[in-house]
Amino acid sequence: MTTQVFLDTVGEERPAVSPLKTGAPLEDIAVAGQWRLIWGRFIQHRVAVGAGIVIAVFYFIALFVEFLAPALPEASRPQYTYAPPQSIGLFVADESGGTRFQPHVKGYAIEVDPVALRRTFVVDDTKIVPIGFFVEGPTYKLWGVFAMNRHLIGPLNPTDPMYLLGTDKLGRDLMTRLIYGTRVSMSIGLVGVAISLCLGVVLGSLSGFYGGWVDMTIQRIIEVISSMPTIPLWLGLAAAIPLTWSPLQVYFVITLIVSLFGWTGLAREVRGRFYALRGEDFVTAARLDGSGERRLIFRHILPSLTSHILAVLTLAIPTMIVAETALSFLGVGLKPPVVSWGVLLQDAQNIRTVATAPWLLVWPAAAVVVVVLAYNFLGDGLRDAADPYES
Amino acid sequence: MGIGGMVAKLKADVADTGEPLLEVKDLSIDFHLRTHILHAVRNVSFALERGRTLCLVGESGSGKSVTARALLGIVDRQGRIAGGRILLHGDEGEVDIAQMTERSSELLRIRGGRIGLVFQEPMSSLSPVHTIGSQIIEALRLHRRLDARAARAETVELLRQVEIRDPETMVDRYTFEFSGGMRQRAMIAMALACDPDILIADEPTTALDVTTQAEILDLIKRLQVSRGMAMLLITHDMGVVAEVADDVAVMRYGRIVETGSVDDVFHAAQHPYTSSLLSSTVRLEQPRADIRDRAEALGEPVLSVRSLTKVYGAVSGWFGKSGPALTAVDDASFDLHAGENLGIVGESGSGKTTLGRLILRTVEPTSGSITYRRKDGTSDDVLALSKAGLKDYHRQVRLVFQDPFASLNPRMTVKQIVGDPLVVAGTLRGAALEHRVGELLDLVGIDPRSMERYPHAFSGGQRQRIGIARALALDPSVLIADEATAALDVSIRAQILDLLLDIQKRLGLSFIFISHDISVVRYFCDHVAVMHRGRIVEMGTAEEIVNNPREPYTQSLISAVPNPDPRNKRMLHRTRFKS
Repeated sequence: MTTQVFLDTVGEERPAVSPLKTGAPLEDIAVAGQWRLIWGRFIQHRVAVGAGIVIAVFYFIALFVEFLAPALPEASRPQYTYAPPQSIGLFVADESGGTRFQPHVKGYAIEVDPVALRRTFVVDDTKIVPIGFFVEGPTYKLWGVFAMNRHLIGPLNPTDPMYLLGTDKLGRDLMTRLIYGTRVSMSIGLVGVAISLCLGVVLGSLSGFYGGWVDMTIQRIIEVISSMPTIPLWLGLAAAIPLTWSPLQVYFVITLIVSLFGWTGLAREVRGRFYALRGEDFVTAARLDGSGERRLIFRHILPSLTSHILAVLTLAIPTMIVAETALSFLGVGLKPPVVSWGVLLQDAQNIRTVATAPWLLVWPAAAVVVVVLAYNFLGDGLRDAADPYES
Repeated sequence: MGIGGMVAKLKADVADTGEPLLEVKDLSIDFHLRTHILHAVRNVSFALERGRTLCLVGESGSGKSVTARALLGIVDRQGRIAGGRILLHGDEGEVDIAQMTERSSELLRIRGGRIGLVFQEPMSSLSPVHTIGSQIIEALRLHRRLDARAARAETVELLRQVEIRDPETMVDRYTFEFSGGMRQRAMIAMALACDPDILIADEPTTALDVTTQAEILDLIKRLQVSRGMAMLLITHDMGVVAEVADDVAVMRYGRIVETGSVDDVFHAAQHPYTSSLLSSTVRLEQPRADIRDRAEALGEPVLSVRSLTKVYGAVSGWFGKSGPALTAVDDASFDLHAGENLGIVGESGSGKTTLGRLILRTVEPTSGSITYRRKDGTSDDVLALSKAGLKDYHRQVRLVFQDPFASLNPRMTVKQIVGDPLVVAGTLRGAALEHRVGELLDLVGIDPRSMERYPHAFSGGQRQRIGIARALALDPSVLIADEATAALDVSIRAQILDLLLDIQKRLGLSFIFISHDISVVRYFCDHVAVMHRGRIVEMGTAEEIVNNPREPYTQSLISAVPNPDPRNKRMLHRTRFKS
């Protein structure tokens, strides 16, 4: 190898690449802030995006419950107790023998067992209950303000029975109650997490930034709190709520109880990040630039944390939802007339109900499972996208 | 092999019929990334011959490590070999490694058996939970089917060959009980365990100090010659190339732009890239471009450091016990004059970075004094400054960081980063701030129009320029540059050094330049302080230190620096320092 090999005379200025797709031009990425980069990484995560859409749908439902529910949550019709779910048909036979398009559900016929005297519902093919969108139904007040009577879906004749998910022991429409329960169950997570967020971020930041005895004290408090068995403690605290309080007051107290024990994980996460970031070169640089401690925290450290906090919060919400459901199921959380998924599940507490009316267990439980899973997937996706600068 | 091997090698050299052991023909490796395919290696061809060393040299991202790993069939998950052949010649004819699958038994036999690999990071490539001996014994038992007793004896012998003292004891020690240099020796012993024909060393000395680097290179070279192995050495350092290579291949952006014998490449480079690489390599012999009149620089010192000491861990605990004290900086004294560049040079652990931090008081000194004199003649005792006073001092004495990736907040635009000290000082806002940031960026050679961009849009060298612009924002009088060029490629390093010199001339700054690289310090500094184990062992002008070092430590340090000239190798007849 003494001869010189001489390959290209033209100087190349960059590595050779073949673009696979025409994505965002380089110029665009150059001026993209952290949230745009995080978004770019997040949307790569298909499952998380799907989960995000599911959660958005649930919150949409929570926002417009009165309009989306076909009836009122307390409207009971004793003649339809434990009526099974109906299925929607699209075409009916008309007199001339042809078919025409008419969305409908089949009415019920009641048969009484002559021996046990038990009533059973059978589908009566002759009773057609025509249904439609944007029908007039019982009057409600949207957000407690606007009096309206249009419902997204319902029977054309308001007195006809339409129970798509069946009814409970008082003949109340389960679908309506499930939709109303969405508002309470989904919001209790948000409110609870908001309280945890304040506690967790403030105490975690103090602990991580100052270290020393501040850190020592806060960490010991966290350890004491997280060593307490939560369910008995919730039970005890919830049992202490006076019976005379209004459902709304009980709702807030329950949120408070749940969140008072939920902030510790968040505080630890924030503290860990603070510890790591405090030693970063760019924080030292900012300190040498003359930034005071407040500026250091709010201008340099917290912006690097927000995406991580968001991810942790997303993972904390389902814990809150499950906690509320568990408390209400056990009868010490929310109580009727408030409607939440946990309250709905109370109806499914005995095995006979579950045997005769399984829908009372299936649908509220499915709602809880879907929301909790969706939150977990979303949180995982956010956590993966939270630091777009790591390689 | 011993003498026989050397004779065989000499014969092969004379006849020059060196049958190649391994031939790489038109090798191409592509990386399938999310938005594009990166052609990391393109049509690379070379051959490894018995008893010869080929150096693959290039800057970061040139594809040299990817190529070397492909020879062992190690390709990252996104990467695949797009074309070409890797032919390994052996007794049973030739085999093509490029065709083998990742887990084929054939490939596993070749790895470690016929081709040995030495990694860059001895810290992470040895298992921390096994003894050094057991890791080598494992290789021996796997590849050579030795029984436990024979394998252990062979391991001790190997450790003796890589010059680890007292191998019988050291064989049962754990990785953490070995120093960086010893770990690299153990890595080499492991690579040699199965008597390979070919040794691939991927930046084997980059993580090591200069003196250790010299010893390791020396060892590798001697082992290669005595065993008659073919060696592929990957490096970015032209000095290392000149010291050990027989042949050189220069890589850039995935292509080999020039190959030839080491003498031809260094003294008759054909490709413009090779020439530019050579000219940007800072040579120890090369004094700085403008040696100024020393008398002019002298006057009142800007910064006087007297008996500065930092002791870690000597604080007595609650129960009267005290940990072993570590004196990181021991009685350091020097003066920095206006317009002067002071270099602080030392190996890792010598306390040079701590000294820099002590001067800035981000680490509190245990004892000593620092006096800072302003331009208006008033002076401050830095160690007695209040919080506000310290803030003001930090405006005058600024720090340039080593890592251009960690030192810029990735969530802020360049404008916010460079403008941050100005915003904190509250002197400028709005359009005036933007104008000043534009000026600063212009000064460091960054297009002011790109100030709305985020750091991720810039390369390492550009980021370092942005960091310098931030340091200059408050019109400082002293800059402390802590390994400011260590993380950069050779050509970028030369540019940054020239930029700093240019800025100094224009703004009349003083520099404290902390570095492990004596060549860079020589190029940049007027005065040099050599640190060893926390002490300043020698101080003098850059000329004196480099040409006439008095202390034995300095002599060993200087003579261990690889010389980027194959006709004048320095490292192989270096002075050794015994402490």
